Amino acid sequence: MLKLEKLTKVYKTGDKALSDVDLEVGKGQVIALIGPSGAGKSTLIRCINRLVDPSSGTATLDGVNLTSLGSGALRRERRRMGMIFQEYALVERLTVMENVLSGRLGYVGFWRSFLRKFPQSDVDEAYRLLDRVGLLHMADKRADELSGGQRQRVGICRALIQDPALLLVDEPTASLDPKTSREIMRLITEMCKERGLAAIINIHDVNLAQMFVQRVVALNLGEIIFDGGPTELTPDVLTRIYGEEDWEATIETVDDDEEGEA
Amino acid sequence: MPINDKNGVKVWQVRDRNSQLIRWAMWMAAGIIFYVSWMKISDQTTWFFVYDAPRIAADIGGRAFPPRWSYISQLGKPIWDTLNIATLGTFFALCMAVPIAFLAARNTTPSKLFIRPIALLIIVSTRSINSLIWALLLVSIIGPGVFAGMVAISIRSIGFCAKLLYEAIEEIDENQVEAITATGATRWQTMVFGIVPQILPAFAGIAVFRWDINIRESTVLGLVGAGGIGLQLQSSLNTLAWPQVSLILAVILVAVVIGEWVSAKVRGAII
Repeated sequence: MLKLEKLTKVYKTGDKALSDVDLEVGKGQVIALIGPSGAGKSTLIRCINRLVDPSSGTATLDGVNLTSLGSGALRRERRRMGMIFQEYALVERLTVMENVLSGRLGYVGFWRSFLRKFPQSDVDEAYRLLDRVGLLHMADKRADELSGGQRQRVGICRALIQDPALLLVDEPTASLDPKTSREIMRLITEMCKERGLAAIINIHDVNLAQMFVQRVVALNLGEIIFDGGPTELTPDVLTRIYGEEDWEATIETVDDDEEGEA
Repeated sequence: MPINDKNGVKVWQVRDRNSQLIRWAMWMAAGIIFYVSWMKISDQTTWFFVYDAPRIAADIGGRAFPPRWSYISQLGKPIWDTLNIATLGTFFALCMAVPIAFLAARNTTPSKLFIRPIALLIIVSTRSINSLIWALLLVSIIGPGVFAGMVAISIRSIGFCAKLLYEAIEEIDENQVEAITATGATRWQTMVFGIVPQILPAFAGIAVFRWDINIRESTVLGLVGAGGIGLQLQSSLNTLAWPQVSLILAVILVAVVIGEWVSAKVRGAII
């Protein structure tokens, strides 16, 4: 469904963020992208929806080559890729409802969006999503009045109302406390399951990745160095990804957590 | 070397001898320049008039008091004109400043190489000329009256508003803009949803701040024939009608205080 071939990004400064990345994500498949800071995780997902233009290589979504699209066609394809951000990236001074509806901008014309006259079906869907994430009563609050977890839920609604085929998720839990982090990860993975969405989730927390995701891809220095199931993340593998460290504790906690959940 | 070794004791000073000497020389030079300038000014001043100043000032003050209250009936329209010059001038200035600010801001300009320098040039050139001088020019071009004053005020304000606004645009949070772009929004939609909400408080603050300044500036435009209460001030000064002058100054003071109060209230409400 999503296919990356020899995707390479060299920044103007000469930093090579990605080199020849090949990756295939099937329909409805959720993968966690792990790796140390600066490994190129953010660049990778931004190269897919072209917030960053890749230097070479291709990204193909359902047969459409994203890397060669003109601006109009790119906007139409971006509608099919919902993005969720680390710092939520809500428009702080707009209401929750406006933030959710901004996910429909790719579908409505300029004047309708300027006057906030979104089609009734969009408004219905926005209410449905807000209800689903438990924020219906917050619809008219301004986004900056919400807590971190609530903001991220709004961010998820904004991505889902696009009716995407693919979610690009950039460190969704990095600014959240451990409990909220799990709730958000659970929500994202549940939503993917319900709607059959594929997702690439950048994540720092190896535990969380193991807990919620069936496939883990590791990136280091712009190259994929691991691709496998969550149980294959042995201390040896983690050392290859992150460097020398005592990994036993990390992996053990995972087992504890899973027992706790069950 | 600030540290000297005297018989094994380290003596520390802020500066070594050379930099100390240089500083003394600098102070010396500054003193001489001040003295020479003072002499020059003194030679060109008729000191008799200056010694006389307190008596003259007291004399004028005596004549100006009490103000001629009955004259107020003739000041209603001029002060209303003045307020209109300030308000409409600010309004039209903002209409022009907004697009210029977007063209000048590094993150929204269509072309850093060509359009941004032009926008910056407009900002600098309109800012650098005082509104009184703009009024002087415009009175000769489009004739005396309120319209010339309004145009002068708005031209002078374009640069001021555009500069503050483009700085606000450059300081926005790019993440929010990126998020809107990622939904598949067009350039204009991104502007309306991602950028405008972020700069709205700055915009409102700039608008009332400039309006407040413009009330003060438009009170003097009449001196060069560009309408408003300055016209009355001019004619009263020319005819040495001091009681009228003091009343006009009082009216201006009241208008400025009210303007400042309104702008403080508005800014307090938004920010």
